[in-house]
Formats: sequence, C-alpha cells, structure tokens
Amino acid sequence: MGLTFAEKLLALKAGKSKTVPGEIVEVTPDVCMTHDNTAYIAQTFKKIGVEKVRDPSIHVVTLDHCVPAANEKFANNHREARAFAAEQGITLYDIDMGICHQVLPEMGWALPGTLVVGADSHSTTYGAYGAFGTGITRSEAAVIMATGKIWLRVPESMQIYLKGRFQAGVTSKDFMLHLAREIGVDGALYRSIEFCGPVVDEMSLASRVVMPNLAVEIGAKNGYIRADHITDTWLKGRARKDYTKVEPEPDARYTETLTFDVSELPPMVSGPHNVDAAKPAREFAGKKIQQAFLGSCCNNRLEDIAVAAQVLKGKRIHPGVRMICIPASRETLLAALKEGYVQTLIEAGAVFLNPGCGPCMGNHEGVLADGDVCISASNRNFLGRMGNPKAEIYLASPRTVAASAIAGEIVDFRDI
Amino acid sequence: MPEIVKGRVWKYGDNINTDVIFPGKYTYTINDPKEMAKHAMEDADSEFVQKVKPGDIIVAGKNFGCGSSREQAAICLKEAGVGAIVAKSFSRIYFRNCINIGLPMVTSTEASDHLKPGDTVTIDFKKGKITTPTDTFDFPPLPEAILGIVDAGGLIPYTRNRLGKA
Repeated sequence: MGLTFAEKLLALKAGKSKTVPGEIVEVTPDVCMTHDNTAYIAQTFKKIGVEKVRDPSIHVVTLDHCVPAANEKFANNHREARAFAAEQGITLYDIDMGICHQVLPEMGWALPGTLVVGADSHSTTYGAYGAFGTGITRSEAAVIMATGKIWLRVPESMQIYLKGRFQAGVTSKDFMLHLAREIGVDGALYRSIEFCGPVVDEMSLASRVVMPNLAVEIGAKNGYIRADHITDTWLKGRARKDYTKVEPEPDARYTETLTFDVSELPPMVSGPHNVDAAKPAREFAGKKIQQAFLGSCCNNRLEDIAVAAQVLKGKRIHPGVRMICIPASRETLLAALKEGYVQTLIEAGAVFLNPGCGPCMGNHEGVLADGDVCISASNRNFLGRMGNPKAEIYLASPRTVAASAIAGEIVDFRDI
Repeated sequence: MPEIVKGRVWKYGDNINTDVIFPGKYTYTINDPKEMAKHAMEDADSEFVQKVKPGDIIVAGKNFGCGSSREQAAICLKEAGVGAIVAKSFSRIYFRNCINIGLPMVTSTEASDHLKPGDTVTIDFKKGKITTPTDTFDFPPLPEAILGIVDAGGLIPYTRNRLGKA
C-alpha cells in the first residue's frame, strides 16, 4: 500500500519510513512562520525558560496583519516583534513586504517537499507549492522556538479531482466556494486534501494558491498540489535552497476521491456568514453593496489585479461603492504599477493601499459600517469578520468583485 | 486538567467560528487573559459574558472553533470561567488550542444532541462520563500521546518539564 502525500511527508519529517492516518508523530518543521502575533509568542517563549531560539534559521517573521500600525497598541506590538527577531537573529520582513502567505513563497521559504507551519490558519496556502503547509497555535510556535519540534496527527487524505474546462472568467475561487457548498465547512475536517486533475495541472500558480488557501475553510489540515514545471519556473531564482519534491505514491489509499467536472460551473458567491453559504452569483443578483474588497491572502496577486483592471478599464465604479484594492506583496504592487493596473483601478475610482491584510480581519483600512454589505475576494465572511457584526460579507472571485463594484450590486459578470 | 467539571450548559449550534468567539480586531492589542475574557463569545452571544459562572459548560454542534488559529478564542473562554466544551467535533487548530492551554474538551455527538441549555452537567474525565440528572453519556479518552500534555497542565508546562526547566 502506497503513501499519500501527507503520510509520506510527515514520515520524512519524523525520520520514519512510513506513517498511518491517526498516528501522532513528532516532526521537525523546515519553516515556522509567525506574523504580528510574534510579540505575544515571544512572551510565551520566554515562559518556557529558554534563552535562545534553538534554530533561528527556520523561523521567519512577517509583519502584515495591521501595517502600517493603526494605533499605538499595534505600533508597540510591532516594536516588540522587531526587537525579538533582532535579539534572536530571526529573519523579519517588515511592513513594506506584504502578506506572509505571499512573501514566504516569493522569498523562497515555501518549497516543494518542505514542512511549513505557521501561527496562522491560512498557512495551508503553502501547499500550492508542493509543501505541507498547516496552521499551528501561538503556544506551538513558541515551543518550536524552544525545541525545534511539534507533534502532528497524521491526517486521513482525500483527493479532489478537477476535470473539464472552466467557462470564460470562472476560476478556482468559484470552484472552492462551490466545493464548500457541496461538502460543508467541515467537509474535510482534519483531512489532507490533494487537489489534482487536468484542470489543476493547467492552472497558473496564482489560481492554484486559492485552493489550499481555502482548504482550511472546509476544515482541512493541509491542501496539496503537486509541484510541476510551473512551480519550478516560478521558484527559479527564489528558492533559498535546493528542494526534493515529495509526491503521493500511485497506489496510495484515500478516504475518498471526489471528482468534479467544472465545465458547467457558474460564477459563485458565498453569502453571510459562512463560506459554505455559496450559490451561483445570479441568485444574489441585485443585492446592493457599499464596499468591494480586492485583497487578502486568497485573491490579490498580479493575475487577480489584472482581471480587475481589465473589468474596470475605462469604467467608473458605482458612486455608492467604495472599492479597496490591497496587493498581496511589494513585488505584486511593483508589477501592478509597471503594467498600469494601479492607474486603471484608481482612475475607475478605487482606493489602492499598501500590501498587507488590510480590513480582512477588521483591524483597519476599510472596516465596515453598520448595515454595510461588502463583496470581497477574501476567504472569510464570518459575522463581524471585517470589524462590525452589523455588516454582511459576500465572498467572490476578483472578476465578480470588480463587476459588482461597477454595478453597485452583486452581479453575474456575464450579465453586464 | 481537572478530573471533574460541574456546571450549567450553554448551548450553541454548528460551526461556531473564532471570529464570533473572539473578534479579530482584538487579536493584536489584547494580551491580558482577563481582558480577553471580557470579549468571550462577543459576536455569538452578547449575554454570555454577563451571565457565565465558573464551571459552566459550552455544548455545541460540529466544527466548534473553525476559522482563525487565534489562541485567545480558547483562552477567553477559560478565563471567563468555562469548565469544559462539549461538541460533535472541533476544528483542528481549536482542538490543539484547548489541549495547549488546558481547556478541557469532549467530543460527543450524543451528548451534544441531548444536553439542553441550563442543564446542570457533571463531566468526569477519568471515567469518561457526562452525567445529567437523567442521562449518562460515555466518551473515549484522548490519545495517549496527547494526554501527557493535558496531565502537565498544557503545552508550556509540558515543554518546561521536558526540558528540565520545571
């Protein structure tokens, strides 16, 4: 019996020849990411009674969750994180760099065959690069600082196989919202998801990233996409070290394999207040919006901004709508400037902000007012998520967000 | 972790996420557990903080604690006095947070279905039993590899012990 990706990778990191689902293994991660929570984690680390971080080279700090600091509390939090990273010799990417889940791949930390843990639930994102990416807790990041190790339960694995061909403008985001509706927000609870099939093979990396990113929204421990020539090309000149890919074995056993033909899939929108409250965009058509958010670690890469620019070129967003665009990273922003997308979006009436998480979890830069409805390219529409429990968040692809910003209401982009 | 927890039931549904347990806007500015407790369940149940009593038990449906990895979503409940959480299932990171900070939790579909708001319930972790005045529900022990962390009182004391820092 062959091993799935998760069984094989966790065996490798635990120094074993194989693992089985349900087994608890102690593993040595290749990378441990922390962000604005580093100050708190540093305090926890100090409670352990260890002076020096065991292996500073595996830790990376990315300030992104509220950058630049919105008030003195956030500022002091950043200051503590910087001081700790400097004291311990840990790499820190400061407020100019962007969202952790984009910066780590760009800077060559998230590599095929590596175990990347992060004190952030969307650390599943690294699976798009053939890594095992998973979210851990603050205490666990502190313990990795002290010991270099963490326990993980070997997950059951499932395959999500995509075949057919997307209709024009329909994307991996629409698929993931559809998948959430089909299997529910706990449909992959504790599991490792392997996304595969011809549709995945042909996707750009930016489109692939959306799937492991949203895997956590259906409960998964990690989401994996096999690293191929597209991955290798993207990582060339970025990878901080040589990597060896880890792939599932052909006779691996899966809890289940779900096959989807994406050919008939329409643009999808997920209504408040859960990711699985998804329906075809047309079923939400006419819902007035006050804010449109193109950002988050889910959908704000160059490809996403290009789509929004294409939709908004020569048009004005609706006067009743505030559109906020926040690129994933400094690199994304520079490329979007060069391509003219930033100018297009600003001319259309959008507000363009510096790379970071922005209003996604309600810290700053576009917190919603009472009664506001926001269409968002992000990954969470929980009650209160964007800072106000009296507002509503609808999730959609960048194309649907841009088209809705023009219309002033949720639309199926094929109808305008 | 205590051997026995006794308290009243607060009942909630499926997919109670960490944003409604402890809103994201507080995650980088509140570091004091007592302050965290003031926001416990803020967007899930506005009465909770005023009325919760030490030992009270949260009973929920499936996927409790889904969403963000924020540890405060577990700490705020523990600090507010919650004695244990009973759910049909837990989101994986929330499960880890409970183990790590020493907030007792039980996975039981049967108990989740039958326990009612306001019931006074006793959970005996050693025997693996939840008892109400009328019913008893059995639950399995945690895996042995994790019990060590629980017995030590959480991940940080467990790690201190392992490193000889106790």
